[in-house]
Amino acid sequence: MEFTTDNLSNQIDNHKIAAEMRQVLYALLPGIVMMLWFFGWGALSNIILSISFALGFEALMLKLRQRPVLPFLSDYSAIVTATLLALTMPAYAPWWLLLVATFFAIVIAKHLYGGLGYNPFNPAMVGYAVVLISFPVDMVNWFTPTAFNMEQIGLSDTFALVFKGAANLPKWDAMTMATPLDTLKTGLRMDTPISEINQSPTFGVLAGKGWEWISLGYLVGGAWLIYRKIISWHIPTAFLATLMLISTAFWLIDSSFYSPPLLHLLAGGTMLGAFFIATDPITASTTPRGKLIYAALIGFFVYAIRVWGSAYPDGVAFSVLIMNMAVPLIDYYTQPRTFGSN
Amino acid sequence: MISSSPHIWPLKGGVHPDFHKEESTQQAIAIAPLPDKLIVPIRQHIGELGKLVVHVNDYVYKGQVLTTQPKGLGSLTHAPTSGTIVDSGRYPIPHVSGFSCPGIILKPDGKEDWGEHRLTPYSNHLSVHKNQLLERLYQAGLVGLGGAAFPSMVKISAADKATIKTLIINAAECEPYITCDDMLMRENANELIQGILILIQLLQPEQCLIGIEENKPEAIAAMQDAVATTNNNVIKLVAIPSIYPSGDEKQLIQILTGIAIPKSILSFDYGILCHNIATVHSIYNAVVKGEPLISRTVTVTGSGVKHPQNFKALIGTPFHHLINTAGGYTKKAERLLMGGPMMGFAMQTDEVPVVKATNCILALSEAELPYSLTMAMPCIRCGKCADVCPVDLLPQQLYWHARAEDLEKVQQHKLFDCIECGCCSYVCPSNIPLVSYYRHAKGAVKANAEKLQKIDKARERHEYREFRLQREKDERKAKLAKHKAALQKKKAAMAAAKANGNNKQNDVSDVIKAAMERTKAKKAAAQQQAKHYSQPRNTDNLTAAQQQQIDQADARRTASTKKHTETDSK
Repeated sequence: MEFTTDNLSNQIDNHKIAAEMRQVLYALLPGIVMMLWFFGWGALSNIILSISFALGFEALMLKLRQRPVLPFLSDYSAIVTATLLALTMPAYAPWWLLLVATFFAIVIAKHLYGGLGYNPFNPAMVGYAVVLISFPVDMVNWFTPTAFNMEQIGLSDTFALVFKGAANLPKWDAMTMATPLDTLKTGLRMDTPISEINQSPTFGVLAGKGWEWISLGYLVGGAWLIYRKIISWHIPTAFLATLMLISTAFWLIDSSFYSPPLLHLLAGGTMLGAFFIATDPITASTTPRGKLIYAALIGFFVYAIRVWGSAYPDGVAFSVLIMNMAVPLIDYYTQPRTFGSN
Repeated sequence: MISSSPHIWPLKGGVHPDFHKEESTQQAIAIAPLPDKLIVPIRQHIGELGKLVVHVNDYVYKGQVLTTQPKGLGSLTHAPTSGTIVDSGRYPIPHVSGFSCPGIILKPDGKEDWGEHRLTPYSNHLSVHKNQLLERLYQAGLVGLGGAAFPSMVKISAADKATIKTLIINAAECEPYITCDDMLMRENANELIQGILILIQLLQPEQCLIGIEENKPEAIAAMQDAVATTNNNVIKLVAIPSIYPSGDEKQLIQILTGIAIPKSILSFDYGILCHNIATVHSIYNAVVKGEPLISRTVTVTGSGVKHPQNFKALIGTPFHHLINTAGGYTKKAERLLMGGPMMGFAMQTDEVPVVKATNCILALSEAELPYSLTMAMPCIRCGKCADVCPVDLLPQQLYWHARAEDLEKVQQHKLFDCIECGCCSYVCPSNIPLVSYYRHAKGAVKANAEKLQKIDKARERHEYREFRLQREKDERKAKLAKHKAALQKKKAAMAAAKANGNNKQNDVSDVIKAAMERTKAKKAAAQQQAKHYSQPRNTDNLTAAQQQQIDQADARRTASTKKHTETDSK
């Protein structure tokens, strides 16, 4: 009897990658639920819109690049990118802002660099950084995080905000406020001591009001990812440990100028960045030692940008992008010792 | 002695595929019935080949040697049974290359007649000299049955030069589906221990560790009983965790001794020698029973086989004969592999024979293979491959460089330390056939090295030619210069001699000068005479007084010439 020894090359099997991407989405759920709780429909509209745009761009680019559309479209990678991007954008973000951000994430950062697996920069962070620099005013319009926000702004209001703009909703202005990190930065620039800044209504029990719970949601999801071995412990641990060590050190030196470590860990994009952004395997270092170096430096840059940077209150996106650039170098110099070699 | 709590150094990396061992362990090892024909290739080992010494229509006895005796890493091939050789030529062999190789086709006569060809059984091997035992291993055509088919005699005698402290018996059998070693241990534990004792006699190790994966409790129990009966405190049985690839030689050594030996170094440099448990059985058969290696245990299994089972099969038995004996194929038989699913390789046909390295014939559906055969997704750099790599490589980086054919970088990433265990391909979420890339890259590096060597040789030859031509030119120049200098010297010497003229040389040159002048004068006289007779003369119209004067002068000259002539002749 004759047998074939060839590979079946007529179909692409994406089920393992898709399964891992779905796990990442499941792990985001606690954080997403918290976002919905504090920001209402606006968090959901962000996610739905950016996933729709991302899938559209993904399909278009696959077609243009003459790649098989369906296997790549259904690998969930574009959906994960879009979800992460949506979670970093202010709730009720206008549709065009999301369109620009997803365009840069999917078309420029992902496909123009060669598509899945070939992009040196984290696509979600490229999309975020581009709109943050280009449309700073729209990017600081954060809705005040209060529980049951879904009642304050209903579905029709959400629709108006997203598609017609804030001008059509007079009560909108009264409902936004600066984020904790933003408040901190502005306060320090005016030489206000930390203890006074902390009186601002934006601060809650542990860190920022609402934000602290969202961050804890990401922490739970991230821990589950480590438990499921979807991500390794190296990157989140090194990132958070470095950030905690530096912030503790400076806080101990001068607590009137440097905010406490808990704020740095639970405010802004720290938790999302540590478990979901910096761990993107494609753009992160891959050697065990390399991962530690890569993530520790991200932690350092986050602190540096937040505290000593002049413009931006948070620095997760920029830190990740900076370290993405260093990955080939880090990987090269952190090869593990081969079996039996000294 | 049975080691109660032996220390174990856990394997780094590794994977836990479905082991699928129970399918083929339900029945005892069966002796496969004689097939209609046996295909016996003479390439069943690494190393040199002997030349066939039998011809078509020859009758051969069971155990008769078929080839001349190759040296070095060569090994002998024997007739597996008695019968007639019906054909001789090249036949496909189960090898990853898919090549064919010289051999014979034997039609068994069913008599199993040894003739004079059974080797003398050494019932008490302890009384046999070491060299005699080694010679026996060679004459019996023993090679390692774990897969590499390295001649056993060469391995043992090479290790002989180093001192072997630890003898390791590899009975891990970590590949899924394969159970031939498991069943061999369950059924022949005492013979195996005897075989181990022969090895101990040959190598005199301080300890002998038998490594068995703990998913074989029956085999462990049987071996434990057999070890207990020997009262030998050198042998220790160690149950190791079931994880693939614990049965790779270097990985097993590390698990049992904690010593990680790089791929480029042979284990006996560390005082360690490793033998497969199936090889130990053939050592026993060769020494105690006088049987050369003409049969082995083969697992025939997989969902593509109706009744999976182990067989004691003659070398040369076609695969399809064993499959038929096991009830034939099922509908699931889409792929045929020799070896396990992780490291085995796909066969194009079942018309190939069982060779010494055939431990398993595996028929599976495509879906059951541990790696996907569908088109690969791009690498997403997840690093799972690096987590499972038992030799701490970066498979993903290796893959990038192998794909880019960057031969320098693949070597920097230790391509040649890869043991091709397939763990990386097994876990890859993108289904990239990583090991295939590494095999290809290894081939490319070797081909490139050969090419570079050739270029180097050609350049060396060219450079030498240039050098030689230049040297010859220089030599000629030097010779000429030397010649010139000698001439100059001679001239100078002559001039000097002329200057101070009272030595012997001067006398000689005076004599020569005088002789030369005489000759000159003679010549002039002759010329004068000739002139005198041939040319119009001023003496034609002379006066009488003038004529008289001339006559007188002539008389005087004649007299003087005569006088001269006389002087000359003196």
